[in-house]
Amino acid sequence: MTKPKVVLVSCGTAIATSTVVAKAIEEAMRERGIPVITRQCKAAEIRSHLSGVDLIVTTTPLPDNLGVPVIKALPFLTGIGKEEVLNEIEQQLKAI
Amino acid sequence: MRMLAHLLDPHAIALNYPAKDAEDVIRYLSQKLLETGYVRDSFADAALAREAKLPTGLPLGGEINAAIPHTDVEHVIKPAVALATLSQPVIFRNMVEPAQEVPVRLVFLLALDEPKSQVAMLQEVAGILQNPSLIDQLIQATSIAEVQAILSEHTV
Repeated sequence: MTKPKVVLVSCGTAIATSTVVAKAIEEAMRERGIPVITRQCKAAEIRSHLSGVDLIVTTTPLPDNLGVPVIKALPFLTGIGKEEVLNEIEQQLKAI
Repeated sequence: MRMLAHLLDPHAIALNYPAKDAEDVIRYLSQKLLETGYVRDSFADAALAREAKLPTGLPLGGEINAAIPHTDVEHVIKPAVALATLSQPVIFRNMVEPAQEVPVRLVFLLALDEPKSQVAMLQEVAGILQNPSLIDQLIQATSIAEVQAILSEHTV
């Protein structure tokens, strides 16, 4: 059993859009056979949540140089380019 | 759309509202949620402050774009959703690219009290945003009953 990858999902409040995005990532990666654990945080508090995180997916702008790859997650809300962003997440997680 | 239909208070639906800007529609819908006891009187200012710092405009696939203003849980008494369709677009800013302006005609103002209990409703809202024909129907709706019918007839 591969150790699940940790995806940190960031948004403004940590309760709204990150909830939708986290669910969507969990379901899509399960279908693709990639075990993931998602965590949620507020964008403003991201630096204190980075420990053990493999990938950040965000609905709001984040500072550069977090030391973890960052993917923008608007397609999970708008549907536009959703497949592409799921592929990107899959590739990032496989590369780790 | 069961959770959304449940959380969308008929008193908090505004159709063809002639908003003059984003602040106007956020204040208007916040006032509706305040009158119906869902939010504290700090909610409108908190939602506006959040919108200024972390905007919620979403460019969608069709001609109509949406925004989903919301704020922290301490301003909320019990969860609810308010909905406005706008007669003319107002400018919000793109959630992930704030430099980009998004002309918006559909606004879901979300009053959320904790994340886990509102997952279904949030997924339903995302489902609407990803369905241009549903958005067109909402924009053209002229009665609250029509909005409720559109939402209850569709499943995500």
